[in-house]
Parts: sequence; structure tokens; C-alpha cells
Amino acid sequence: MTKQIRQLDRVVIRFAGDSGDGMQLTGDRFTSETAQLGNDISTLPNFPAEIRAPAGTLPGVSSFQVHFADYDILTPGDAPNVLVAMNPAALKANLADLPRGADIIVNTDEFTKRNLAKVGYQASPLDDDSLAGYVVHPVALTSMTVGALAELQVSKKDAERSKNMFALGLLSWMYSRPYESTLRFLERKFAARPELVAANVAAFRAGWNFGETTEDFAVRYEVKPAKMKPGTYRNITGNAALSLGLVAAGVRSGLPVFLGAYPITPASDILHELSKHKRFGVLTMQAEDEIAAVGAALGASYGGSLGVTTTSGPGVALKSETISLAVALELPLVIVDVQRAGPSTGMPTKTEQADLNMALYGRHGEAPIAVIAPRSPSDCFFAAIEAARIALTYRTPVILLSDNYVANGSEPWLLPDVESLPDLRVEFASEPNGEDGTTFLPYLRDPETLARPWAIPGTAGLEHRIGGLEKADKTGDISYDPANHDFMVRTRAARIETIPVPDLEVEDPDGDARVLVLGWGSTYGPIGAACRALRQRGLSIAQAHLRHLAPMPANVAEVLRSYDRVVIPEMNLGQLAHVIRARYLVDAISYNQVRGLPFTASELETTLEEVLKNV
Amino acid sequence: MSEPVALKLTAKDFKSDQEVRWCPGCGDYAILAAIQQFMPELNIPRERTVFVSGIGCSSRFPYYMNTYGMHSIHGRAPAIATGLSVSRPDLSVWVVTGDGDALSIGGNHLIHALRRNVNLKILLFNNRIYGLTKGQYSPTSEVGKVTKSTPAGSADAPFNPLSLALGAEASFVGRTIDSDRKHLQSVLRAAAEHEGSAFVEIYQNCNIFNDGAFDQLKDPTTRDDYLIRLEHGQPITFGAEGRFCVVHPPGGFGLEVRETSSVRPEEIVVHDATVADPAYAFALSRLPGLDLRNTPIGVFRSVDRPSYDSVVQSQLAAAKAKVTETPEQQLAGLLGSGDTWTII
Repeated sequence: MTKQIRQLDRVVIRFAGDSGDGMQLTGDRFTSETAQLGNDISTLPNFPAEIRAPAGTLPGVSSFQVHFADYDILTPGDAPNVLVAMNPAALKANLADLPRGADIIVNTDEFTKRNLAKVGYQASPLDDDSLAGYVVHPVALTSMTVGALAELQVSKKDAERSKNMFALGLLSWMYSRPYESTLRFLERKFAARPELVAANVAAFRAGWNFGETTEDFAVRYEVKPAKMKPGTYRNITGNAALSLGLVAAGVRSGLPVFLGAYPITPASDILHELSKHKRFGVLTMQAEDEIAAVGAALGASYGGSLGVTTTSGPGVALKSETISLAVALELPLVIVDVQRAGPSTGMPTKTEQADLNMALYGRHGEAPIAVIAPRSPSDCFFAAIEAARIALTYRTPVILLSDNYVANGSEPWLLPDVESLPDLRVEFASEPNGEDGTTFLPYLRDPETLARPWAIPGTAGLEHRIGGLEKADKTGDISYDPANHDFMVRTRAARIETIPVPDLEVEDPDGDARVLVLGWGSTYGPIGAACRALRQRGLSIAQAHLRHLAPMPANVAEVLRSYDRVVIPEMNLGQLAHVIRARYLVDAISYNQVRGLPFTASELETTLEEVLKNV
Repeated sequence: MSEPVALKLTAKDFKSDQEVRWCPGCGDYAILAAIQQFMPELNIPRERTVFVSGIGCSSRFPYYMNTYGMHSIHGRAPAIATGLSVSRPDLSVWVVTGDGDALSIGGNHLIHALRRNVNLKILLFNNRIYGLTKGQYSPTSEVGKVTKSTPAGSADAPFNPLSLALGAEASFVGRTIDSDRKHLQSVLRAAAEHEGSAFVEIYQNCNIFNDGAFDQLKDPTTRDDYLIRLEHGQPITFGAEGRFCVVHPPGGFGLEVRETSSVRPEEIVVHDATVADPAYAFALSRLPGLDLRNTPIGVFRSVDRPSYDSVVQSQLAAAKAKVTETPEQQLAGLLGSGDTWTII
């Protein structure tokens, strides 16, 4: 039969199922197919911290949301147009997020009395009118998959496990996705077990063919490619981009990268990724604890490596003393904090921006360091290079504040030309710098950068001792002199405060905005989408986003004073707003949410509209 | 390979220009002098020698050595030194620590450095007291120790540093005494020659807060009967004219001290530092009593095991050996790996 084809400009699909149902993989594959087609994409995985929560329960639900469009988009979408629910738990956990009229594809095989009871359904929602208002597509996903694989030599269990590929096949058909990359992927993934390649491919094709033949799906959709800058793209998560950024920093500086890390969600992927890149001279060490991880990184920096440690909030707390030592030693060190919801263990797989205070202030003594935050998954690449640039040039620890949302979310990334990346080469000290021509002064500073010489062990004639005790200016000898301490404290502050960073850019296409939305880090997407929506409705609003949180760009005061009101949305209780108020005496409006989830564009739109009404 | 050039260094070359600020009479002076005198023997250029320390009296050590050095933070020296050593296999990295630094706040890093067999020479100055914080009991203080923080006597059992190191399967474990320069240097020599972690406990007198803690091992009237000087390949006997010996009694797990006259010569244990099973060296480490009787000094254990540094470096070398492109070409290839698409 001939199906009607309808054009859409954007779609949001959420794949949801049990932790063991392979929803992350299904979402990844759909995303990759969509990328091949040239749509703009943004994705949001959402999974429990438990590796395998009890099957079929609400805590065990894992989901993957993908937003794709024929224009450039900024977020993974507020609400799904389509929910794929592999079991009753997945339906129940996600139903509240669906707008009326949304499509729901349910795996009816899993709607057994027992599974329904597990999540508190008295009766099947498929049988009563509780799903009225939605377009429900009941599909016997499991049994049709098993049926399609009847001829193949696979166990019933393996056949059932292929049901996610049936779902992927169906959705790929519905949205006219090119599927060659998925078939290639399956061949690679199951190379050691050809029977599983056959099973998964057969399941995928069965899902595709089901869509084509069943009358339940009368319409097929197309989303045309987005108009994107010419070039080669790949889809990338924040953690992957950050890892590649660190590798690139090593290449561009000519220094070996040393990563000391202790596994922690959601930062461990960076350790995994960097462990693969030994051919670049990247040395990774899984340390015995967070403190050893940063200690080893600092030791490697002392020896002339680019020392890096990656962690999340609880780990930064443990590393605090060593970061202060790095402040005193004035050595390069990159600390990556992939923030998650706290305090304490909090919600390890959920996002938050509540480590800003800790990054800025969480050390003993006056211990200023540089802090920067990426705004999107692909921006993690450039933010990592920028963190390395500051650390190497100014011999300072730098905290890179990523978060779970950008770390695990993905978007298309226009691959940069390697030669266009910043040149990070540094010069180690090689000869005495004292006036007498023989003395080495480890704390004699470069007048421009205020950085001290980086004299690595192995350099003859520059033997010297450094340590956590206060040092005399220039000589680096132990000093308890009051005036010297005052001078050194002020100098350490000045050397961070005077790091040149790019000006804060303001996006105000109408040119007459009276309200500025100021954000930092991963809120860039939702804030940008909300501003666009308001502008489309004829309202003027300006958006600015801070990448450098310490030091702040020189023009921040001027930008803030150009607007009648400043709104600062944050996934914390107003940490940046506090800084802005204190530093610039601006009565900023703080808008906060700490639900472990990113802002939705629509809620920001509503909030900002309220502010606009009252200026 | 050509013969290494003799550097002709002297003890003076290893003295920094900093005024040494330990208390007069501190055992640290003797250790510093012994090490400064010993270092030229290694024929390692000063610039390739690094001393890393934590916090405490002993941890001031790097300031006084005219080499590279870092006085770091409490307990973390083994971790910092690990990062330095593994990334710079050309360096000779020494860790100087104390009983509080290594066994209390830094216990975790110590055991993990030893288990990994990082190429570090770890010198633990054990004075059984907290000196820099002015006299609290330490993790090696004896039970019942009366100090400022334990006026009624300490309630916790001490660590035996060598037993702990052997429990972590350290590949080299030794003990020596601050006042015996010749012995101290002999143990350091063996430690320096060892590939991998070398852990050396140095009994060190704190004359301010725990004076005389090791007097029985130093007093000419008692030391011969108290000290067991371990010599590889030699039967373990000690005391005047070899009055005592060490045997492995049948049926027991450990070693015991006997009057030599009471045992057959073949029953006397012949010291072998290369025994693979750490249980032997562990049994040696358990010999001393609370009064320091039967304290072995010397090299307890010295076994061959690949160092962490060498394994890591060989993995790096193997990965790099396959590379034919420039780093920039490699990077471009890495960035463009996976599923890509091109928009014209």
C-alpha cells in the first residue's frame, strides 16, 4: 500500500524501556542515522544510577530523547512528540511529559498482569480510556521480533533481546532514516558472533517492514536536512569532545598529557576515552582515590606534562587541598568537574550547576584559580583547549565546569581544522635567570603573564626546591615575612585577575532589548531557545553567556549596566547571581531550578515573558 | 653502551644553601648527612634526582638537598611522586616521609605505591611521635603512650611499618637506624639499586618529644643482644659471639629466636631476601618485642617484579611504535573517526 508522506520541520522522540532493554544504544543509533541525513540534532539520555534496577520497575526506566529538525536547534526538546514505551514502567514514568496528541508506541507483550502490578496499574491503560487524547500504537514488539527470528539459530533470550532493533527499524521507517550505518554498526558490534548480527539485522528489517505494511501507521514523515555550515560533521557527546580537546591540547602544546583519575559518574567516560589514546603519548592512571589522582597529575605537571584530573563534585571536594598546593607551586593543572546533583552522593546521573561556588572559592587561604564552563557538548572540545591554554600559559590550576547534561548530551560537531587550533607551545626554563647569571630564581615572574618559570627536573643548573610553605618573592625560599606574604597573596590574585579573556558577547538581534538573560555553562541551549521563541513573538530580549567565570571578561560591568533588568537562570540556588550582585552591584533576578534536569525552553520563555512585562 | 661518565660529585654538592632548621640533637641531622655523603656514590646527576616529601619534621628534608625537590602536603608525597616517576622514567625519585605522614594521613597512598611497585625510594623516618605538632602519639607509638593528646595513655595498637609494607607486597623492604651511618648507607645503596618501590624504615630519635625511643638499639651495652643484622646468604645469628639465632619451628607459622647452643646448625634460618613469598620477610618483621629485643635491621626483602613505571612506559612505547603520521595528522584522523557526514 502507498503511505502518505508528511513533511515536518522538527520531531522529538523519546525511547524508554527497562535498563536492560538497550534504549541508550537504540537512541544512539537513531541519532547517528539522523545525523547522516543532515538534520540538526540534540540528544538527552536519562538513566538510573543503578546498573540493573529490578526489571520492570519505575526506578529501572532508562530513556533517550532525540530532537531533530530541518533548522538549527539548541536543546533536546521540552516534550516528546513520540514516546516508544517498551514496558508499562516506561509508559508510566514518561506519560506526564507527553503533550496531548503525542504518538505512543507501546510494546503490548510486556503489558502483562504482573508487569502492570509492578508499577501500580490496576488495569491495563491500553484497555481503558486513560490514554484517550494520545495516539496509541499497540505493537507486539517482542513476539513479532521472536517470530521474525524463528528461522535463525538464536536462543529465545537472544531473540527477545533484539526487540530494540525492531523498534529502531520501525522508527527508522516512520521518519525515513537512512539505515546503512546501523547495519554496519551491528556488523562491527557483534563481529565475534555472526548469529547475533543476523538476528539484530533481521529484527531491524522486521520493524521497518512492519511499518511499511501495517495499517496502523498510515503516515510516514520526513524531516529535511538542516541548512548547516559546509564541512565534515560527527555527532559527539560532551565527554567525548572534552577528551578529544585534551588530546588536542597535548598535540598543540607538544607536551605529554597525564590524566590521573578515580572513577566517578558522570566523568568516568573521559578516563575511558583517554585510555585509548596512548599513541598520542597520553598517559592515564586510575589512582587509588581522588586525592592521589590529582596528586599524581600535579607530580606529572611538575615533571613537564600537562597534568589533568577528571572528576565530579565529591571528587573536587577531596582534591581541594592539592589544588591549593598547585596554587602555591604555580604549576599548570586542569581539573575537570563534570557536575552532578549534590550534595553528597545526591543524584549521580542527574545534572546540576551547583559546584560553581566550590570552583570559585572552595579552597583554604586565598587561593584564586581560573574557572571556565562549556556551553554545549561540542563546545567541551574548545573549552578543554582553553583550559589547557590558561593552565600552561599562566601556570595555574584551571577548573573546567562541565555537567551531566552537556557531558552525556550530543549534537553535531563541525570538525575543526587541526591547524586552526591554538598554538599551546610553552618554553621550559633552561638557564639561570638571576642577574648574576648563575642563580636561578624560581619565583621571578614574567612581567606580562606574571607566570613563574617552569623549570623541570632534569634541567642542569636549575635545581631548586618548591613547596607549600610561603615563598619569598623571586627566590622561592621559605619566608614568614609579613610584607612578603601580603605581596605574594596579592600577586597570586592579580595573576588570575589579569589573565586576558575574550569579551562577553551579547546577542540582541532587535537591538532594543531592555532585559538581558545572563547564563553560564549548559543552560546556553534552553536560554537560547527561550529567547528565540520570545523574539519570534515580537518581544525583544538580549542573551549573554559566560564561558570564563574566573577571571570574568573585562566588559561584564558595562554589559550589565546596559540593560534595565538582568535575569540569571541557573540549575542551582543562584550561585552566579550572587557573584554578579557582589561584584557588580547589579540587582539581578535569579531564576533557579534544581530538579536534576535541564531547563525546558518553554518554562524559561514563560519566566522571561513575566520579566519583560514588568520592566 | 659506553661507560657512564664519573661525575665526581661530593657530599658538598648535595647541600643546599638553606639553613637546616631541625631541633639541635635531632636524628634527622645524622640522616641528612649520611644521605648527602652517600648520594655521590650513585653517580646520578643532581638535576636528575628529586626528593618529594609530605608534611612533618622529616618532610623539610628536600629543602636541604641541592637537587630538585618538592615539599608537598600531608601524606600525599607518594601520590605526587608516582605521577612524577611514571611520567619521567629518567629521574631518580625519592620520597621522604615520617610515621604520621606515611602511616596515618597518607596510609592509602603508601600501600598503593608499594602494591603498584612504582619506582620510588621511600624513606620513612620513624620516631614514634608527632614532632611538628608538638608531641601527640603517632600510629607507631606503643599502646599506653602518654602524650598531650593521650594523658591516660593511648588506646590504639600501633602499626608495624614493615609488616604493613610487606602486606602490600612491597618488592623491597629494609630497616636501618639514624645513628649507624655505615649501615644506613648500605641499606640505601641496596634500595637505590632496586628497580621498583624500595621501602626503608629509618629509626630516628626525636630528642624533644620521644627521646631515647631506640636507645636499646644504640647503647653499646645492649645493642648487640637486641639487634639482628640481616645479611643475605648468612645464617641469622646475633648477640655476643652469635649467642642467639633465628629458627623456623616446625608446626609454627613464624620465626622464633633461640639460644644458638640449643639448636642444630642446620636449623638456623639462612637469610634470603629474594624469597618470593612475602610471608618470610613478614615473619622477620614480627620478631621484635615491645622492648625492641630481636629487632632485625638490613634488607628484609628484595625481589624482582616489573615496576609500574616500566609497564606503563612499555604500553606507551608499544602504542607509539605503530605511529607513522605526525601528531597533527594523527589528531585530524582521531577527530574525524566514527560516523561522519559532509555538508557541501
